[in-house]
Amino acid sequence: MKRFKGFVIKEFYHIFRDYRTMVILFGMPLVQILIFGFAISTEINNAGIAILDNSKDAVTQKITNKLLSSGYFKLEANLSDYKEIEPMFRKGNIKEVIIFENNFAKKLETEKKANIQIIADASDPNTASLITSYTSNIINNYQLEMMKNQQLPMQINPEVKMLYNEELKSVFMFVPGTITVLLMLISAMMTSISITREKELGTMEILLASPLKPIQIIVGKVVPYVFISFMIAVIILILGFTVFGMPVQGSLFLLMGECLLFILMALSLGILISTVTQTQQTAMMISMFALMLPTILLSGFIFPIENMPLPLQVFSNVIPPKWFIIIIKNIMLKGVGLGYIWKETLILLGMTLFFIVLSVKKFKIRLS
Amino acid sequence: MNSNKGISISVKNLSKSYGNIQAINNLSFEIGKAELFGFIGPDGAGKTTLFRILTTLLLPDSGSASLCGFDIVKDYKKIRQIIGYMPGKFSLYQDLSVEENLKFFATIFGTTIEGNYDLIKDIYIQIEPFKTRPAGKLSGGMKQKLALCCAMIHKPEVLILDEPTTGVDAVSRKEFWEMLRKLKESGITIIVSTPYMDEASLCDRVALIQGGNIMKTDTPENIINQFDTALYEVKTNTMFQLMSDLKEWENTESAYLFGQYMHLTINNKDSNELESYLQSKMHKDIEIKQITPNIEDAFMRLMGK
Repeated sequence: MKRFKGFVIKEFYHIFRDYRTMVILFGMPLVQILIFGFAISTEINNAGIAILDNSKDAVTQKITNKLLSSGYFKLEANLSDYKEIEPMFRKGNIKEVIIFENNFAKKLETEKKANIQIIADASDPNTASLITSYTSNIINNYQLEMMKNQQLPMQINPEVKMLYNEELKSVFMFVPGTITVLLMLISAMMTSISITREKELGTMEILLASPLKPIQIIVGKVVPYVFISFMIAVIILILGFTVFGMPVQGSLFLLMGECLLFILMALSLGILISTVTQTQQTAMMISMFALMLPTILLSGFIFPIENMPLPLQVFSNVIPPKWFIIIIKNIMLKGVGLGYIWKETLILLGMTLFFIVLSVKKFKIRLS
Repeated sequence: MNSNKGISISVKNLSKSYGNIQAINNLSFEIGKAELFGFIGPDGAGKTTLFRILTTLLLPDSGSASLCGFDIVKDYKKIRQIIGYMPGKFSLYQDLSVEENLKFFATIFGTTIEGNYDLIKDIYIQIEPFKTRPAGKLSGGMKQKLALCCAMIHKPEVLILDEPTTGVDAVSRKEFWEMLRKLKESGITIIVSTPYMDEASLCDRVALIQGGNIMKTDTPENIINQFDTALYEVKTNTMFQLMSDLKEWENTESAYLFGQYMHLTINNKDSNELESYLQSKMHKDIEIKQITPNIEDAFMRLMGK
């Protein structure tokens, strides 16, 4: 036990002496969460639009005002000719052009029908479809308001409610995702690097030739990173709560427990990586490509798994972060208890045990 | 252990190859208790492979070996308790201070610095003034002294040192060997490898190892005594020319540069002919002297065979 303690103390020395890595370790969550929270946002804010109003009457004015006062759009230009549309888009300041036809108000009055054309810049398809749907919603609302006094023969009125994230804040998606990515990265990469560093510097040779048992070396390597990863998870949660108002609806205790389980899983994965690599560089590359990319792309963090082709959907099942994201989203947003997520928890637990057993088995008691 | 009293290390027909390369080839030797045993040989001779097998870090392809009666394959856990190992590459934690390194190695071997301070005192006292300095910032000689302290902090029965003096200045090398002699006095078996032939004379016995084979195992004195021909040292005004001329001469057996002189062995044992040959090659200030060979000459001769 004394040997083990000495080993853990040594590991902490390594971590705290390497203050550049420390800065990255604790700075990364801060930066990532702020970037994801503020910069990368799927909400529409102040999108530039241009308006080509061929009618210039009271009704078109009203609709324009409604659009601009919504906060989603910012008027960049008033156009007077169709020819100006194309150059305007090319300049890149605007995402959308709204065109009112001639005699808009009069047509509405006499023919009960008038046309608005919406042209969107679809070089970014997601934004384009978001903007056009916002625009048509606002126009529809205006139409409903106008018809308040008139009685329609029949009407279906869908009332939409967004559960668990009523304001559709994208940060609610990014906080669980960021926790997952960072815990995965830090836990797996740092342990695999710290073990391969011993191999590279030759200190592993002395450790192996000493009475230390493999399990003591492995666990000794893992313990400090459990602490650090756990602290980072807490930092992200606090940031999410204070800066973005990300709630934790469910039990905080359960959430922390699940985080710990995921950390252990990632750490054992890191050890596994270190048993098959000889240098810090390869360990880092493998952690980056084999772990980071699937974590970001295939875990459902950014791209919904349901939309993937079937083979990728099946593949996503073996990616541990997928299950962790399901778990923490459920706990944080829906406030569910263990009763609802025991299956995912069990899967993570199984993966953790699998990796631990495999890495202890693969850990070499000799040099080759 | 009683059956081979006095024998600390016993190696029988040990072989190991990496792919097509035979690193060590059918080695057999015995090393006595409290013996200071040296392996001398050029880089790539198989010294490190041999040491790694003895420290249980590698498995041999064939053959067997035991340390203090423990088999290197079966009893590897026991061997890891009783050996002190210093790898060829500096292998301490560069970001830990001198004291922290020593403390760490004391702890993982289940002892304390205080408990075995007597053993390392002579060496540690020299690096103690720098005990708060990170090991990575020590000079080469200091590093090796610290590594030696770390390797013997747990009072090992066998100390295995792989090229401990490589890259160390001449003064530190001398000090280092004095320490090894002292350690030997306290009953520790020491095996040490070195590419420096002059260090061979400081060992009790040496084995000359080359290409995975042991060419000779004996005391340094005996190895010198077995030098079976006359040795001359030669010097003229143009050493560079001398080198190529001696190598071209039909009577030359071996010729190599040794400090400021060429050391030469010849076929017909008559040095007068040599002088006239050199004169014919326009050499001036010719000095030719027969000398008693030292250990390096002995090795050069053995390796040439």
